[in-house]
Amino acid sequence: MYIVVVGGGKVGYYLAKELIDAGHELVILEKNSGRARQIADELGSIVLNRDGCEGKHLAEAGANRAAIVAAVTGDDEDNLVVCQMAKHHFDVPRTIARVNNPRNEDLFRHLGVDEIISPTRMVLASIEQDIPVHELLHLAQLKGGELELVEAQIGENSPAVGRRPADINLPEGCSLFLLLRGNSVQQIRSDTVFQAGDKVLAVSRGEGESILRRELIGDSEPIGATH
Amino acid sequence: MAREGHDVTIIDVNTEAFTRLEPDFPGQAVRADGTDEDVLRRVGTDSADWFFALTEGDNRNAFAAQMASENFGVANVVAKINDPVRAEAYTMLGLATICRTRLLIDALARHAGLDADPGASGVRLAEGHHDHHETAVPAGVPATVSDGTGQ
Repeated sequence: MYIVVVGGGKVGYYLAKELIDAGHELVILEKNSGRARQIADELGSIVLNRDGCEGKHLAEAGANRAAIVAAVTGDDEDNLVVCQMAKHHFDVPRTIARVNNPRNEDLFRHLGVDEIISPTRMVLASIEQDIPVHELLHLAQLKGGELELVEAQIGENSPAVGRRPADINLPEGCSLFLLLRGNSVQQIRSDTVFQAGDKVLAVSRGEGESILRRELIGDSEPIGATH
Repeated sequence: MAREGHDVTIIDVNTEAFTRLEPDFPGQAVRADGTDEDVLRRVGTDSADWFFALTEGDNRNAFAAQMASENFGVANVVAKINDPVRAEAYTMLGLATICRTRLLIDALARHAGLDADPGASGVRLAEGHHDHHETAVPAGVPATVSDGTGQ
């Protein structure tokens, strides 16, 4: 398979190395001459010291017979332009772009980039997975910050499970008012019994928050301890 | 444009660029990256009638112009793209472009009494799905100019 890689940074370099090892034919376009020489020293004459965003350089690289064009520079705008040129000017069947700003993903998809790789998104997803939901989620500030609207997720180990509002030792100035259970939203009444999986909307005030957290969520484990 | 009464916002990453504006420039100058969606939202791109991407980077311009049109629904966008091949390609994709290289070639050819290439023009209206009839800024409408998002 013939592959054109635009951008000879770390990603482009290791990508090219792996693809060559797998027996593919490829060329790297790298506009920085020093970097291009460096790659050529390591990987042989597979580098064109050209700006891959320019149409004539993509033509020179044989983009019209490439099965894939992968744009992996550190600049989103360059990656987008490379993929658009490849797709619409050279009829490349598959274009792959590295996207650094996750907010740009939709635009890329919308403008016809076939595949989008977002390192930022990947790291973000990995981090979010590792954070246990042991905290109160702050939704809004009320009365100029005096009160906080918070959401608590009742876990299996929460001391609130099986209890009614009256059984919960609420700090002064705090109140529980809304229950999100499955797809339903209900008001918290005196006969409401909390279950694991419930989300509780509450209003907390100042120092009362840590007590609220302990009563509804329980003592948290250190982050990452379960992994 | 601002002097003619249009509501103009200029975005540039470099405040030094703003020193070239006349002291009584009636529009807004914002120091920010014009390819950042949050920035474009903040300056009210969604209510702009025109969006001009005129930085020194062809790709930034193509990117910002497409973002203005796709994400913010700006009906009229123009991107400065100095590489004639890229300008041509984007014109085919429906983006109005202005190509300084072509403008210079045309002007010099005219000056020297040579025949300019009749098939190419420095200002190319979109040939794709967009439809542009006017190139002037209509009176009394807001316009956003993204000028110099880097370097």
